[in-house]
Amino acid sequence: MMKILIAIVVALWAGASPTLAEESVRVSDAWARASVLASRPVASYLTIESAVEDRLLGVTTPVAGHVMIHAVEKDGDVSRMKHIETLELPTGERITLAPGGMHLMLMGLQDKLGEGTTFPMTLSFENAGEVTVEVFVLGIAAEGPQEVAE
Amino acid sequence: MTLGKTTHLRRIRYGLWFLVTIAALVLGGAYFVRTISVREPPSVTTGEAAIRSEFSLIDHNGNRVTEADFLGRWQLVFFGFTHCPDVCPTTLAYMANVLDRFGGEVERVAPIFITVDPSRDTPEVMAEYVQAFHPKLVGLTGSEAAVAAAAQSFRVYYERMEEETAPDGYLMAHSGHIYLMTPEGRFEDVFREADQSAEDMATDVLARMNGK
Repeated sequence: MMKILIAIVVALWAGASPTLAEESVRVSDAWARASVLASRPVASYLTIESAVEDRLLGVTTPVAGHVMIHAVEKDGDVSRMKHIETLELPTGERITLAPGGMHLMLMGLQDKLGEGTTFPMTLSFENAGEVTVEVFVLGIAAEGPQEVAE
Repeated sequence: MTLGKTTHLRRIRYGLWFLVTIAALVLGGAYFVRTISVREPPSVTTGEAAIRSEFSLIDHNGNRVTEADFLGRWQLVFFGFTHCPDVCPTTLAYMANVLDRFGGEVERVAPIFITVDPSRDTPEVMAEYVQAFHPKLVGLTGSEAAVAAAAQSFRVYYERMEEETAPDGYLMAHSGHIYLMTPEGRFEDVFREADQSAEDMATDVLARMNGK
């Protein structure tokens, strides 16, 4: 029941988002994995597409003390998270943050992020300014919002 | 006076030649030694044969366990840490998905998660963490030395990366492999979450379990 409800909300929100995005930057499919333990960092993922060349300068959310943009570097078999200061957004290129790759690491969470909840997150772009999106908290095993909508 | 000066210069000249000779010998010797060591056959590790399951750790219930406690079951072993936001939850959720596809055969499998961050991942922390993923998942921790020895036996690489803004000022880098070990504790294969679907991995592992 909860899953269906989330699916409906995600579907509505996905359908509604293009009309919201009159800005040059479009942020979509923002989601996070629910916390497994309190005081552990949580990863959040989303898709960004910019009509003009832009740059993501930083991310904030009231639920976390600090948000870092992380890329994952594969050095042979070893995965290293690499902190990136700014994320380049080439014109018209869709940048997808997804499990096992680039992600936003939310640290210093006030509370556990519970499955089925949402929270706001503000992305600051060099050109587009601030864009606030609602992030959906999916289960700890979620691979993405599509999975829930199925 | 002139004669004295000439002798003096000659001495300097001999001295310099002496130094050049010494330098040539040292450099030549160094080159020789290097050449020799380069020619030595590199120690060939066949990798797979070198991976062993050997450890003495504490499980998430606080019991001391060794590899012997898991013999008789196929083991799926993954190294990670609970402060890891992306790769570890992704891989453990994937492992749980694989386990769910084993049906009744899951009793023949021991899924094991070994932390590379034992100072923060105490047995209590591990208990809460592994239970969130799968009821069968066993969390193992121990002293830094015991964890290092376990990682060494599996040929798992990990390192601490100082990162000012990360919780407690560091992150861990580690290999994201799931090791499949036989009921005798021998290395069978290695899987990575990104390489195949959970269903495909489950099918593959079940086929090996059933000797196909």
